[in-house]
Amino acid sequence: MPYAEITSEPLEPAGLRARVGSREDGAVLLFLGTVRNHADGRSVSGMQYEGYEEMALEVLRRIAEEASERFSTPNLAVAHRLGALEIGEVSVVVAVSSPHRAEAYGASRYVMEEIKRRLPVWKKEFYVEGAPRWVRGTVPPADGSPAPDSGAGDP
Amino acid sequence: MRVQARFFAAYRELTGASHTEVDLPEGATVADLIDALRARGPSFAALPPKPAVAVNLEYAPTDAGLRDGDEVAFIPPVAGG
Repeated sequence: MPYAEITSEPLEPAGLRARVGSREDGAVLLFLGTVRNHADGRSVSGMQYEGYEEMALEVLRRIAEEASERFSTPNLAVAHRLGALEIGEVSVVVAVSSPHRAEAYGASRYVMEEIKRRLPVWKKEFYVEGAPRWVRGTVPPADGSPAPDSGAGDP
Repeated sequence: MRVQARFFAAYRELTGASHTEVDLPEGATVADLIDALRARGPSFAALPPKPAVAVNLEYAPTDAGLRDGDEVAFIPPVAGG
């Protein structure tokens, strides 16, 4: 059963990693999304994440379940951070394990692509110089469905 | 009927409101709600004519029907990750 979490507390990658892995699995993949110090040639000083929390948790759970079904990876955990983050802080963690590496790579990629397509989360970028700005996003699908080609193909 | 409209991120800043209640006739759709809000004044009129919305935590098309007590969230283009 995959695990999903939306939190304003700092993320603990080791805790997510501990939720996956088994004696049947020969691959454990841990992905971290972090706040970078530049965007479009501008120096970034930090990022403010906002979410529609109740819905974001539902959507993240669904994304995790879809990834687990598509790639046969029940050992999957994902957490997304909200609030004010500094450069280098972790905004998202995806941990997944599988018998062979292809399934883990596929499931991890799927989770990240679907987060970017339809998780109701927004981020405001703060710059070293000038006014902050909402990061240009993606219009989510009106039916909330996954992309047919999401996850860069089957494993 | 009465529905609760919620606004997030850029839409919250545009409208100056995080939420508001709207009275609508029976049989109203999401599109009717958008029209009613946009008629309220310049700040709400700044909302796009066909924004993405979620009804009761699920993405919904603008022709979706509404019921008393529904929560309709206006969802700017998403940027998680």
